[in-house]
Amino acid sequence: MIRVEALSVRSGAFQISGINFEVMSGQYAVLMGRTGSGKTTILEALCGLKPVAAGTITLMGRDVTRLKPAERCIGYVPQDRALFQTMTVREHLAFAPSIRRWPQGAIAERVAELAQLLALENLLERRPAGLSGGEAQRVALGRALATRPSILCLDEPLSALDDDTRAEMYALLESVQKRTGVTTLHVTHNLSEAERLADVILVLKNGQVQCGSSRWERDKSKPPLHPKTTNPVHE
Amino acid sequence: MAPAGKKQETSSRSDAPFVLALAVIAGLYVGLIIAMVVADAVFTTPRSLWRALASPEINYAIKLSLISCSITAILSLWVAVPTGYLMSRYRFPGKGVIDAILDIPIVLPPLIVGLSLLILFQTPLGRAIQQVIPVTYAIPSVILAQFAVACAFAVRTMNVTFDQIPTRNEQVALTLGCTRRQAFWLVVLPEARRGMLTALTLAWARALGEFGPILIFSGATRGRTEVLPTTVFLELSIGNLEAAVAVSLLMILAAVAVLLLVRLLGAEAAFGKAVKP
Repeated sequence: MIRVEALSVRSGAFQISGINFEVMSGQYAVLMGRTGSGKTTILEALCGLKPVAAGTITLMGRDVTRLKPAERCIGYVPQDRALFQTMTVREHLAFAPSIRRWPQGAIAERVAELAQLLALENLLERRPAGLSGGEAQRVALGRALATRPSILCLDEPLSALDDDTRAEMYALLESVQKRTGVTTLHVTHNLSEAERLADVILVLKNGQVQCGSSRWERDKSKPPLHPKTTNPVHE
Repeated sequence: MAPAGKKQETSSRSDAPFVLALAVIAGLYVGLIIAMVVADAVFTTPRSLWRALASPEINYAIKLSLISCSITAILSLWVAVPTGYLMSRYRFPGKGVIDAILDIPIVLPPLIVGLSLLILFQTPLGRAIQQVIPVTYAIPSVILAQFAVACAFAVRTMNVTFDQIPTRNEQVALTLGCTRRQAFWLVVLPEARRGMLTALTLAWARALGEFGPILIFSGATRGRTEVLPTTVFLELSIGNLEAAVAVSLLMILAAVAVLLLVRLLGAEAAFGKAVKP
C-alpha cells in the first residue's frame, strides 16, 4: 500500500506541496497530469531520489520518508529506462539480486523466471545498444522486478513506443501485475493509457492530487477510495 | 516561379564558393602540419636516426620520458577520476571558483608553471618535503612538472565523460540496492572506461611534450633530468641539428600513435573539449 500525506517536495525552483493520495495493496494506480505538473517529482520522492521537505510517505505500512532508496523495496523504471550500457540483459536482471547478496543459484533461477515472464529468453546476452524500444522497456521492467519489490514505480513507460509495441506492453504490464500482484504507480499524461491499465486514476492538477477514481468509480457507482480526494475525471 | 530543378541548381551553385573557401582554409592548415612533419622526415636519414637512438644520453632521455610519462599519466587518472566525478555530480559553495582553478594549468604559460613549482619548493613546506625526498633538479621534479599540467587535461576529460553519463543510471542503481559507492564502481565507472582511456592517453601525450616547466624546475642536466624535449633543446644548443631532428621525429611518431589511439577509442568529443582552455 502507498500512502502519501501532506507531501512537499522542492526541486530547484519547482515545488509541489500538500500532496495526499493512497493506493491500496495490489492495485495498479495511474498518476496523470500535464507535462511539468510534478508527476515525476512525486515518483522520485516515493523512490527516495528527491528529498522530502514535509509530509510522510508510507509504503506497505512502513514510514519510508527518511529512508534511503535502497531501503524502500521499490522497483523503479524511469522514462528513459536508464539501462546500463556495459551490461548484458542477463546482467541487468541479475544486478539487484547480486547487490542484495542472493545466492548464485537463486539469482540464476530468478533471471530465468524473469526472462520467461518478459519474453527475454533470446536476448539475454545482448547489450542495450542491440535492443529495440519495447525490448529495452522489458529489460528495465525485469531489472526493477528482480528482487520482488512490494511497489513498482513506472515513469511514462509507454511514451516512446510505437502503437504495436505499446499494445504489446499494455498486455505485458497487465499480465505482470496480475502474476506478481505488485502495487504499481504508473505516471503518464495519456488518458487512454490510464483508462486501459488503471485500477485507480489519480490526477495531479494545480499542484494537488485532485482525483481518485477507480475502475468502479469510472462508471460512478462507487465512492472514492481515498476520503481526501474528489472525482473530477468524469465531471 | 522557377521550376524545382532549376531552383536546386541555383542553390548548389551558390554553395560552391562557400564550401571551396572552407576547404581552402582547412587545407592550408592541414598542409602546414604535413609540411612540417615531411620537412623533419626529409631532413634526417635512417642512419642519423639510428645514431641518435644509439647515443647513451638520448637512450637515457627516452627511458626517462617513457617512465615519467607513464607515472604521470597514472597519477593524473588517479586524481582526474574522483575530481571529474565530484565536479560533474555535486553542487557545493565555490564550485565555479574550483572549476576555474582546475583550468589554470591549461591556460598558464608552461614556464610560469615551472617557476611557480620552483618557488613552491623554496617555501618552508617545500623545504620540509625536500628534506624527506629531494625534488628540485631531481627525477621527482620531472614527474611533478609533467603532472602539474597533464593532470588538468585528464580532469577536464573525465569531467566531460561523467557529464555525458546520465545521472539517472546512478539513481536507478540506488533503488536497486546500491550505495553511492557501489553505484559509482559498478555502474558509472564501467561506462566511463573510454573516457578514462582517453584521459590516460591525453595525459601521457601532454607529459611527453612538456618542456618549459621541466627546464625551470628540473634543469637540463644530461643523463639526470633529461627527457626528450630537453634532448632536442640540448642538441640544438650544441649545434647538432641532425640529432635534434631525429629525436623530434621520435616524438612526432609517439604523438601520432597516441592520437590514433584516442581516435580509435572514439572519444573525439571529450578530446576536443578537453584541449580547449
